[in-house]
Amino acid sequence: MNTIWALTGVVIKELYRRKDFYVLFVLTALITVATGMVNFFHDPKIVRYVKDVCLLLIWISALLIAIVTAARQIPAERESRTIFPLLAKPVTRWQVILGKFFGCWLATGIALIVFYLFFAVVSGSREQHWPWLACLQALWLQWAMLAIVIALSLLGSIVSAAPSSTTTICFIVVAGILMLGGHLNTVAIHEAQPLQTILYTIYFLIPHLEWFDIRDRVIYDWGLVSGVDCVLATLYAAAYTALLLLLTWLGFRRQSLNT
Amino acid sequence: MSVILKTDQLRVEFTSREFRRSTKVALNRLDLEVKVGEVFGFLGPNGAGKTTTINVLLGFVPPTSGSASLFGIDVRQPIARQRIGYLPEMTYYYKFLTAEELLRLYARIFGLNRAEADRRIDQLLRLVELESARKRLIKSYSKGMQQRVGLAQALINNPDLLILDEPTSGLDPLGRMKVREIIQRLKSEGKTVFFSSHELGEVETVCDRVAIINQGELKAEGRVGDLVAQHQASLEQVFLNIIGYSPSPT
Repeated sequence: MNTIWALTGVVIKELYRRKDFYVLFVLTALITVATGMVNFFHDPKIVRYVKDVCLLLIWISALLIAIVTAARQIPAERESRTIFPLLAKPVTRWQVILGKFFGCWLATGIALIVFYLFFAVVSGSREQHWPWLACLQALWLQWAMLAIVIALSLLGSIVSAAPSSTTTICFIVVAGILMLGGHLNTVAIHEAQPLQTILYTIYFLIPHLEWFDIRDRVIYDWGLVSGVDCVLATLYAAAYTALLLLLTWLGFRRQSLNT
Repeated sequence: MSVILKTDQLRVEFTSREFRRSTKVALNRLDLEVKVGEVFGFLGPNGAGKTTTINVLLGFVPPTSGSASLFGIDVRQPIARQRIGYLPEMTYYYKFLTAEELLRLYARIFGLNRAEADRRIDQLLRLVELESARKRLIKSYSKGMQQRVGLAQALINNPDLLILDEPTSGLDPLGRMKVREIIQRLKSEGKTVFFSSHELGEVETVCDRVAIINQGELKAEGRVGDLVAQHQASLEQVFLNIIGYSPSPT
């Protein structure tokens, strides 16, 4: 475990020493605060739109941070050749993958905490009540979902060596799942064979990231998700993350690294 | 003397990923044995297979056939790398870390506790004369300083076997002398050093035994003095004869 935490620390250190990370962070924070201050037409219900925009920005920023960070980890190690002195130590490739995963996941978690803190303050100052529990639940579920996204991006970075193409593909896949994943079964009903089977197969194979999206509950104050559902969602995310990390390791363990 | 590093009929083939797939034999039936306490020079022209051999020894490249072991453990087992130090040809370190942070990272990987790591880091930074720059990011270091950080990281676990890939390439004469001094010092401490080099003068000065490879095959192996006496020529001439170099007529 010591090796995994040591590698996790390196990922986090790299992130907070990279300037581009702050650009996205500051941009989201600024837009969140600015949107929170706007009061269109003096409509008291406008706060819902503000909350909607803020949460959407948080989702996009968190996805960007997660995908961009995870997709470049292993290709950057190979490109800068830092992987060689590292693997010359008693480090397994499985430890490298886990270290990278936890580093990206923790860094994204830290970013999410700051984003949601902003959101809670903006939302609370406008509505005069502080939605701490709803925010905490939304944060937790989003973070669990990001674990799947990070594992998916790491897998993508093993398959395709160029971080830019991995980032683009992962972003399209994740956006596709979030927007269409939940509707694939409905679409499949109306299709003829073999398309119906293909769509059903995709529906049951893909991780349903949209299940982790409880933004509407936070925006419209629909109350909290039950504890059991939260635990089930967490276990679902853990299972998919483990599967994707296993596939990443299978791809990485036999790869020849020639200096 | 017991054998610390061994390759047995080692063969490595690389298949190109291009349209017309072709196979290149990088190493062919390579047999090497390095004994405890030796300084072993690994010589060969560019593309001879020196770095590929080191890559196999470090588990970066799997052998196509044959075997390689360190301390009697198959090189594919990570535990085989517990007692080795590796200095790559170029400086491949996290440039966003300071020298101290980099050494602490590797100390943690080797399982050194905090106090032990502190003591070792101080000792190594003193050895490579980087004490005053320990808190600076590696990206601000000169090439020589980066190479010295490399040497420090290779020694963090007080290794019994040090694998050096062209350790003096790109260093100024002072840097080369420093590396030579460190190798001599390690030898006097009973450590084993395996290093590849182009610098024949350097090899002659510090090595007990050498192996010369060309086109992936072992061409000669033995004590430097024995090779020179056998061929009745300087090590440079021996090397050139073995790799089949003939000077072009002027």
